[in-house]
Amino acid sequence: MQVKDQVRDDVTIRFAGDSGDGMQLTGSLFTNTTALQGNDIRTLPEFPAEIRAPVGTVPGVSSFQLHFGSKEIMTPGDECDVLVVMNSAALKANLALLRKGGIIIANTAGFDKRNLNLAKYGEDNNPLENGSLNEYIVIEVDVTKLTKESLTDSGLTHKDVERAKNMFVLGLLYWMYNRPLDSTISFLNQKFAKKPDIAEGNIKVLKAGYHYGETTEVFAETYTIKKAQIGAGEYRSITGNEATVLGLVAAAQQGNLPLFFGSYPITPASDILHELSALKNFGVTTFQAEDEIAAVSSAIGAAFGGSLGVTSSSGPGVALKAEAVGLAVILELPLVILNIQRAGPSTGMPTKTEQSDLLQAMYGRNGESPVVIIAPATPGDCFDAAFEASRIAIEHMVPVYFLSDGYLANGSEPWRFPQQKDLKKVTVRFEPGRNGETDPFLPYVRDDRFVRSWAIPGTPGIEHRVGGLEKEVDTGNVSYDPDNHQSMTNLRKARVDKIADYIPLQKVDSGNEQGNAVVVGWGSTYGSIRTAVRELIKEGFDVSHVHIKYLNPFPKNLEEILNNFNTIIVPEMNDGQLVKILRDSFFVPAKGINKVKGRPFYVDELKQDIKTILSPND
Amino acid sequence: MSLETVIDLHIKNGAPAEMNYTGKDFSSDQDVRWCPGCGDYTILKQVQTAMPEIGVKKEDIVFISGIGCAARFPYYMNTFGMHSIHGRAAAIATGLKISRPGLSVWVISGDGDSLSIGGNHFLHLLRRNVNINYLLFNNQVYGLTKGQYSPTAPSGSVSKSTPYGSIDHAVNPLSFALGADGSFVARAMDRDPKHLNQMILRASSHRGTSMLEIYQNCIVFNDGVFEKFTDKKSRPTEAIYLEHGQPLIFGEKNQKGVRIDGLTPKVVSLENGEFSKDDLWIHDENDKTKAYMLSRFFDQPKPGDEHRMPRPFGVLYAENRPCYDDEVNRQIAGVVERKGVGNLDELLRGRETWTVE
Repeated sequence: MQVKDQVRDDVTIRFAGDSGDGMQLTGSLFTNTTALQGNDIRTLPEFPAEIRAPVGTVPGVSSFQLHFGSKEIMTPGDECDVLVVMNSAALKANLALLRKGGIIIANTAGFDKRNLNLAKYGEDNNPLENGSLNEYIVIEVDVTKLTKESLTDSGLTHKDVERAKNMFVLGLLYWMYNRPLDSTISFLNQKFAKKPDIAEGNIKVLKAGYHYGETTEVFAETYTIKKAQIGAGEYRSITGNEATVLGLVAAAQQGNLPLFFGSYPITPASDILHELSALKNFGVTTFQAEDEIAAVSSAIGAAFGGSLGVTSSSGPGVALKAEAVGLAVILELPLVILNIQRAGPSTGMPTKTEQSDLLQAMYGRNGESPVVIIAPATPGDCFDAAFEASRIAIEHMVPVYFLSDGYLANGSEPWRFPQQKDLKKVTVRFEPGRNGETDPFLPYVRDDRFVRSWAIPGTPGIEHRVGGLEKEVDTGNVSYDPDNHQSMTNLRKARVDKIADYIPLQKVDSGNEQGNAVVVGWGSTYGSIRTAVRELIKEGFDVSHVHIKYLNPFPKNLEEILNNFNTIIVPEMNDGQLVKILRDSFFVPAKGINKVKGRPFYVDELKQDIKTILSPND
Repeated sequence: MSLETVIDLHIKNGAPAEMNYTGKDFSSDQDVRWCPGCGDYTILKQVQTAMPEIGVKKEDIVFISGIGCAARFPYYMNTFGMHSIHGRAAAIATGLKISRPGLSVWVISGDGDSLSIGGNHFLHLLRRNVNINYLLFNNQVYGLTKGQYSPTAPSGSVSKSTPYGSIDHAVNPLSFALGADGSFVARAMDRDPKHLNQMILRASSHRGTSMLEIYQNCIVFNDGVFEKFTDKKSRPTEAIYLEHGQPLIFGEKNQKGVRIDGLTPKVVSLENGEFSKDDLWIHDENDKTKAYMLSRFFDQPKPGDEHRMPRPFGVLYAENRPCYDDEVNRQIAGVVERKGVGNLDELLRGRETWTVE
């Protein structure tokens, strides 16, 4: 049989298997190789909250979806074209995500009686045999057996052999999509530098998978995806959490400040703590605190001492930090609070994404307690947003919330990384020491941006006291005076509003500057909205896309932009939060599109929902 | 590029202050607003008196408090200070001390602040042994909220929130501190300023978390609760002052002692010829087991009983063990030495890159 090579613009592949099958690694390696090939790519890892849910069961399934192509790729793909399943539970959990006519690559060893029972298909009801998959192309491969055979004389333990089977699948997919093996081989050699026999075994299996595709006749087609037309430059692959770490470190270095990071582990934010704790030679101190409150409090203590204080968490942990953030508001100290949002309320769905903490960041403290809020739009954009959050915190002596989410945190994209010389400077204004001046130092005197100076311990002559009790204007002394409280409340709001002068103006991302309708988004919905709006424009709709990164204060021209459209549509992975703030701020009749399913919007469903609002009678 | 930061440069550029301080130099311009007769006044005075003797420049001293009457303390000290939120002073001080190890950091807290709302942070501060001084003002009552019982109030305490008597079992602050592996555990009282002053200086000179519990009289809501220890008449029989290497002797005529009978401490008379000073328990600050036994000298047996244990004041326990802040900074220095100062451009590039023409 002649294997035909087909050219495709874009492909979505989903790897699915048991938590222990190494699907996340398989997906990441395929991503890196594909990025190196010059394709545009977005990924969506999905794993269970349990570390090792019972083997072979549906709750234990871990998957990794990647969408790559020769055109602009902004989402991890709606339905997948290829579904790789290592066992029957993986098929059960993911079949609904495969498009009709798509390819299933099934590891037949995962469809034995035991696995069929564990997946609750029943041992006499094998979906590979009962005709239920007739609408798909099913390719059966006994990955487990083939892996074992290729390692017969390797001397590796049964466990090591078992763990290498994901490399067989990876090799097979590399053959199908015409990818080279070298990046993965060099990764394996590096990862197992101290265990060369394991490295060799994995490489052998990887090649066996590749050659299996070449020599067997089960595949009728291979696919070529040409290089994408993306901007010239040097790229790397990056996840949101990695980019967040780099943004923080870069901002601290641009201010020549030490970075103090107080955190308590929580999904999906913990990777930030892991990564930063390895960067001790970059002026970074990490502190794994006893709880969320101690984490933010330690960061406030460090900020009082002149460090860039940062704390991280997800929604439930951020709730615990609220009182301390209020303290940072009244102390007027720089503080960055990273909220890697997840589905709530309460513990909710820790590994599933959602953007439902915007109102928490905006209003979730006692008293009138304004803060700055910034949200990244893509994994790579987490760098800019974390940098900006830090810059604004330092230059304006204010707490800043950074609202990422589980999808951005773990998702990845090619990133044209910056060089230090191109980064903004971060200006630190420490109050100078005094010697013999007779007029007392006044800690709450402000400059024309309403910002007080950073007066750190160790500086002679400016000893002073701050605290959570209301401050007197200028002196910072405790005051219960009614007019003073009014003035200070006004000043705390004014200094946050004033930041609008120091952030970029809002741009229209896609479509015209004015017209019939604008779709307004924030955060991780960027890719889905951009793709949907661009497709709608091609279909002839008069619609634009505005994506807001600076959520408090808003860019100064946002109101003007919104007023240039008749209809304002606000899709959010929540029950309607930005839409409330927009209506409240600008009295505009904005309409929400809201979904909380623990995953990003699908482009098709978003298009449908936008169309329904634009042409309600169709 | 070095790791010398803006902070280091900024501090170096500051003009050094003269160090000929008196207690007055540590008094801020704010009016002290505690109730007249409050025990906090004496403590403030003794801290201000001790400051010139600790050998630290004023600008390098920071007082951090949580919430409660005692927590107003930083406003009255002419040093750097932060009056923070309820129970969190220990955590704030930890962040400050780790990031600025050169500062002398003092936490002012109360029985509610440390042992109720802030109990978790207090535990972790002690076990980590962050090098700060911790003054725990214990008055066995919530003063600022006007008179509810506190976690150190004895069971049965009648207060605004316990009109029929409290049911809670009281926490023993020193046993708690020892249980958390505190490296310095001591007790003083507001009504003995001279001893209090000594204890503040001892706390200051100890490297590690120096936990000094201070019995402090709340004149409005819990007046006289420590009177048996503070009253000059009853103090000799109710209190015992510990001194390292000295026998445990007390009584108005030093006629009583404490000896260990097996594993049980017992009060003995030195008057009837049966026991002499040589038979008594010799205080050893470095003996943790005995320090724990001392911390249990707590209303056993009831007053009036001839075997009633006196309440110990002084340093129950002191131990040199590594401080968390030192170790954090040592580890960082080690990584810098091994790997060199990190290069941001290399970090941004990552492991693998590709170029699009």
